[in-house]
Amino acid sequence: MALNKITMPQLGESVTEGTISNWLVAEGDHVNKYDPIAEVLTDKVNAEVPSSFSGIIKTLSAKEGETLEVGALMCYIETEQSDTPEQTSSTSITENQSIDNMEEEDNSMKTRYSPAVLKLAQENTIDLTQVNGTGRGGRITRKDIEKVISNGGTTKVEQVDPTPDTNLINAIEEEKTNKELAYHPPAPEPQIVQTETGDKEIPVTGLRRTIANNMVRSTTEIPHAWMMIEVDVTNLVKYRNSEKTRFKENEGYNLSYFAFFLNAVAKALKKFPQLNSSWAGNKIIQRKDINLSIAVARDDELFVPVIKNVDEKSIKGIAKEIDVLAKKARNGNLTTQDMQGGTFTVNNTGSFGSVQSMGVINYPQAAILQVESIVKRPVIINDMFAARDMVNLCLSLDHRVLDGVICGQFMSHIKGILENISSDTTPIY
Amino acid sequence: MPVKSYIQAITLALREEMERDEKVFVLGEDVGVRGGVFRATEGLYEQFGSERVLDTPLAESAIAGVGIGAAMYGMRPIAEMQFADFIMPAVNQIISEAAKIRYRSNNDWSCPITIRAPYGGGVHGALYHSQSIESVFANQPGLKIVMPSTPYDVKGLLKSAIRDEDPVLFLEHKRAYRLIKGEVPDEDYTLPIGKADVKREGSDITVITYGLCVHFALQAADKLEAEGIDAHILDLRTVYPLDKEAIIEAASKTGKVLLITEDNLEGSIIGEVAAIISEHCLFDLDAPIKRLAGPDVPSMPYAPPLEKEFMVNPDKVEKAMRDLAEF
Repeated sequence: MALNKITMPQLGESVTEGTISNWLVAEGDHVNKYDPIAEVLTDKVNAEVPSSFSGIIKTLSAKEGETLEVGALMCYIETEQSDTPEQTSSTSITENQSIDNMEEEDNSMKTRYSPAVLKLAQENTIDLTQVNGTGRGGRITRKDIEKVISNGGTTKVEQVDPTPDTNLINAIEEEKTNKELAYHPPAPEPQIVQTETGDKEIPVTGLRRTIANNMVRSTTEIPHAWMMIEVDVTNLVKYRNSEKTRFKENEGYNLSYFAFFLNAVAKALKKFPQLNSSWAGNKIIQRKDINLSIAVARDDELFVPVIKNVDEKSIKGIAKEIDVLAKKARNGNLTTQDMQGGTFTVNNTGSFGSVQSMGVINYPQAAILQVESIVKRPVIINDMFAARDMVNLCLSLDHRVLDGVICGQFMSHIKGILENISSDTTPIY
Repeated sequence: MPVKSYIQAITLALREEMERDEKVFVLGEDVGVRGGVFRATEGLYEQFGSERVLDTPLAESAIAGVGIGAAMYGMRPIAEMQFADFIMPAVNQIISEAAKIRYRSNNDWSCPITIRAPYGGGVHGALYHSQSIESVFANQPGLKIVMPSTPYDVKGLLKSAIRDEDPVLFLEHKRAYRLIKGEVPDEDYTLPIGKADVKREGSDITVITYGLCVHFALQAADKLEAEGIDAHILDLRTVYPLDKEAIIEAASKTGKVLLITEDNLEGSIIGEVAAIISEHCLFDLDAPIKRLAGPDVPSMPYAPPLEKEFMVNPDKVEKAMRDLAEF
């Protein structure tokens, strides 16, 4: 019998914490290795945490709704496998392990102080970090403090040698200069918003908080600039309308306009890789892969799954991935893999009727393109009015990375591709 | 000092008080010729006759009512409820009349009645013979509720109850009747109502309880002593009004408090004890105040395994005490 810990796993790059949305096991339950034990909501995905052991769940150390840092204790599990052969063969190692285990367990309550302990520590100027706890989880009990007091009272903290360490000074200086380089705008004092009678308070959790943090980060750190072009997509509309019924019959999903736009963006990014990049402080990283993030909303949640290597995919391939990702997002099945690695974002704002918008860049990318609604408008061609299908494309750009000229060229290139779409230039398969 | 059982201590106290004061009389169902279903009044009928040991109809409201009237008239009645479970028809008499008459009459009248009732489970008595009813009466100023745990306390406190100028509800754990034995002095002595008693000195954890659970705690404490856990045990003895001073002192002593009752958890006496501790002892507390009690289900089950599950027992007490000590 051995007591093992299950900790919050790293559920994706840049994920630092997870919220336990649902325990799938209760204390005393038997689980097999890899059985899901809890549903965890991270700022990117909902995921199930599998058990790393077979055994019996002893204690659940966190409640549902509790947010744990990666590596924090989730629960204890008692494994049945008797390690007796191992123990006899290498006693010293197992002993060490058990000591390690104990020490790890010991610290879980180390800094939880009861009122009695705090009072006694304060009255007798005892540094609690210097006291060994004998309570559960290494907790310092009242008796521990009383023992310290009876043994002569204060635990003095040893004075640090005042001669400065040159390495340390260098490190501090370096940190200072680094700090000076990175500009951190002063954070305004958050205004206290009063709740009036009848108002509803909605706690900001998981995904919502992440969205908020990302938006604040993006808008405060990235100097945004905007640009919009008008594109005549009459040919695209005709082409797509002539193909869409057959396509749906053959493939089972829609031939969306969005697939054509993504295709055009990928081609343009190939030509202008400057837009497919990230600001990295003292350098700009230009990405080799063209992985397009697409924004998908569900209720009050916003997901940004990624279609990888769009430049290598046909219209059909792109349309299929859009369909799969949208379905996953709607069902809450997106995985961390689905969300990772985006290099540029295309946002289908037209799907909810917008004709003009200023997107917030998906940090740390360098630009975001908003595809607006396709609307029929009178346009002058050869001094004559014509009814044409028009669409606005709005670009938000990181002005640290990009300037107007390059973006203008990029947008013109997309415009050229879109206005010349036909079965010859852009085959669906 | 002679060793007596819990119920022998009751009979002894009754007899001595009836001998001492001829105003003292006993009334209840089968208390006379039969000597009580538990034999608490055994021999009293023979010694004091039918005028001082009254067999009454099966009407608890009348037993309480007659007693209250006699008490107001200057007598010292000891009314017996055959089982505490049967006290319900007499609640109006006890709460609205006995408990309030001194206040209502501006001190002109008083009601020195003692109402005895066997309570508690663990005797295979099921719904109507197992209840703990103290919390029903435990917010009625004017009434006192005494629940002794040992034969010594029984004698001293029952005498005090009989001599008290106001109504006292004297609740006896029926399982303790013949289970608990202890030394009882022959001489006349009384113990103060409203005072708790330290049954065991200790420094690691404090257990505050009353009635039969005191013995469970003492047994567990003896076992835990071998493990180096030193328990301090306070017997409330009077559960209403509570001995705040003793509770605060006992809780502050160790900072780790376990409260035990056989009653259903929610709304029980120990909830009030917990409130007193949290109001007065915050900076002495070293652990959350813990409670061990019966589950919140409507009655003591008849089936033996379920009854066992419901009842507090030494094992449960030991587990709770160890858990708190390790915190």
